[in-house]
Amino acid sequence: MTETATAVSGHDAPVARRAQARRAPGRPERPAGRSDAWRKRLEIALFITPALVLIALFIAWPVFYAVRFSVYKWKGFGPLADFVGLDNYRLVLQDPDFLHAVGHNFTIVAGSIIVQLPLGLGIALLLNRKMWGQGILRTIIFVPYVLAEVVAGVVWYQLLQPQYGMVDAILGKVGLTPPEQGWLGTPEYALWTVLAVLTWKYLGLAVILFLAGLQSVPEELYESAQLDGASWWQVQRKITIPLLGPTIRTWCFLSMIGSLQLFDMVWILTGGGPAGATTTMATYLINQGTKSHNYGIAGAASVILFVIAFVMAILYQIFILRRDTQDESRKARKKVKA
Amino acid sequence: MSDASLGAPKRRGRGSTFGGGSPLVYLIALIVVAITVGPVIYGAMGGFRTNAQLADKPAGLPDPWVFGNYKHVLTTSSFWRYALNSTVIAAITTAVTVLFGVMAAYPLARYEFKGREPLFLVFVLGLLFPAAVAIIPLFIIVTRDLSLGNSWWGVALPQAAFALPMTVVILRPFLMALPKELEEAAMIDGSSRVGLFWRIILPLTTPGLITVGVLAFVGSWNAYLLPLLLLQDDMRTLPLGVADFSTEHSSDTAGVLAFTTIAMIPALILFLALQRRIVSGLQGAVKG
Repeated sequence: MTETATAVSGHDAPVARRAQARRAPGRPERPAGRSDAWRKRLEIALFITPALVLIALFIAWPVFYAVRFSVYKWKGFGPLADFVGLDNYRLVLQDPDFLHAVGHNFTIVAGSIIVQLPLGLGIALLLNRKMWGQGILRTIIFVPYVLAEVVAGVVWYQLLQPQYGMVDAILGKVGLTPPEQGWLGTPEYALWTVLAVLTWKYLGLAVILFLAGLQSVPEELYESAQLDGASWWQVQRKITIPLLGPTIRTWCFLSMIGSLQLFDMVWILTGGGPAGATTTMATYLINQGTKSHNYGIAGAASVILFVIAFVMAILYQIFILRRDTQDESRKARKKVKA
Repeated sequence: MSDASLGAPKRRGRGSTFGGGSPLVYLIALIVVAITVGPVIYGAMGGFRTNAQLADKPAGLPDPWVFGNYKHVLTTSSFWRYALNSTVIAAITTAVTVLFGVMAAYPLARYEFKGREPLFLVFVLGLLFPAAVAIIPLFIIVTRDLSLGNSWWGVALPQAAFALPMTVVILRPFLMALPKELEEAAMIDGSSRVGLFWRIILPLTTPGLITVGVLAFVGSWNAYLLPLLLLQDDMRTLPLGVADFSTEHSSDTAGVLAFTTIAMIPALILFLALQRRIVSGLQGAVKG
């Protein structure tokens, strides 16, 4: 981003110079008249309307529909007539399947952060050293992130096949006995296996973002710490990781929102099974909507999913991300005083 | 290297902290690489083997190499049909996202007007509405109210809508960074701001446009949930084709692996070619 931004300003330097040269001395600015104000409004509308129309059609309208469906009992045909108030919400919140799905989502939210944060930090610190093959390493670690979840899911599904899959074959050679029904077919292991595959898929994103954050740590800090005789680990703990704080907090936020919406990988690997061991809020509402045609229930589940995501985003904003903005405004204030 | 003594992190720290690659570091890197690309290589290699080979030695190499699986996929008309659908949908999504995105970001970045910040907030809030939340009503709106079910546009337009908030959030600081003199120069030249936008702002923003374009393209190319609900039969995209092939031919592991490997190639090539742009876009999104 910064790199490209400088590239841009590098480009327009000649343009800016030309602009300055053209500003003839003493030439008055054109006064903004009434017609100009209208013209400006028209231009703004012209530029913004297409984007707003798309967002209204495909984001705002469906959300409005979801809320509306959620207070009716509706099977997908005929008029919306059977008003049931908040009954659908009651049904969803009392449905053990949905509550399990919420639990699975939160397990994935916590599990992703607990596993990927230390692993991602470790690998990023490792790759931040000057070493042979660094560029290739950085490319390779990012490959799984670029693959479609479906593609990654299908390959892992084959790898995890019971008995003749590669994972079980390797475990067998080492002398371990994998579960008979396979990792994805055993209810106790299925969710953890999904979590492992998700870790494989998304670790690269964490590493790349952390590496970018590390590059903004000034070299002089390391040098002075080294002069003071700090050990490698002390330098990382006292300087690097605190300075990475904002990047880590933003990554956690992205990871959390992604985990709450989890659908593709689960759908491919287990379809929510075995025996509902890996359902998520998204698979629940897709099943209710497309398979059982309970559009009211699906609507209520959608609204609950959105409220959960929204509340978590707001709480995160208030309690965690706010520290960053506060830091920034404090810095800004200092600058003003100076 | 002096820090060959693995058990002495302190010395390594003082000596060549950030310049050191000890054997241990290379070993860890090697393990990470193996785990990262292992599954991808397994998929590609598996496509060159027969099912008998796969069952006999799950972790082995092709022996002999078999090309029939790949040939079979590449000569199936449905594969090319899926690839065409994926390409067209991703192209429309990208074009609409980039054009509408930069158009919206322009006044939000360079015009002074009342309500500018609240309007920007609309886009920021859009980030919080993922496609999954209102997917069932979206399906009903696209198929019933807009009659766009099972069509390229029916998938591309909603995808563009969901990509727009991020696009505007990334592009706005880009446009803000351009020098103020541009508008003054245009005013003096007597050219309109609309003309300025097309002739000067757009070319200057090209790097940013490529970044958001790549993100939109890869997002569309990999999308599953929305196409799953909206597209059937001949209109399916590659991810749907991969998933369906995998369920329909579940016993033909080698065939599934060949199909999957070919399906991942375009995204990988695009990624390798434009890696810097993708990474800088993601970093920009995080910083912004």
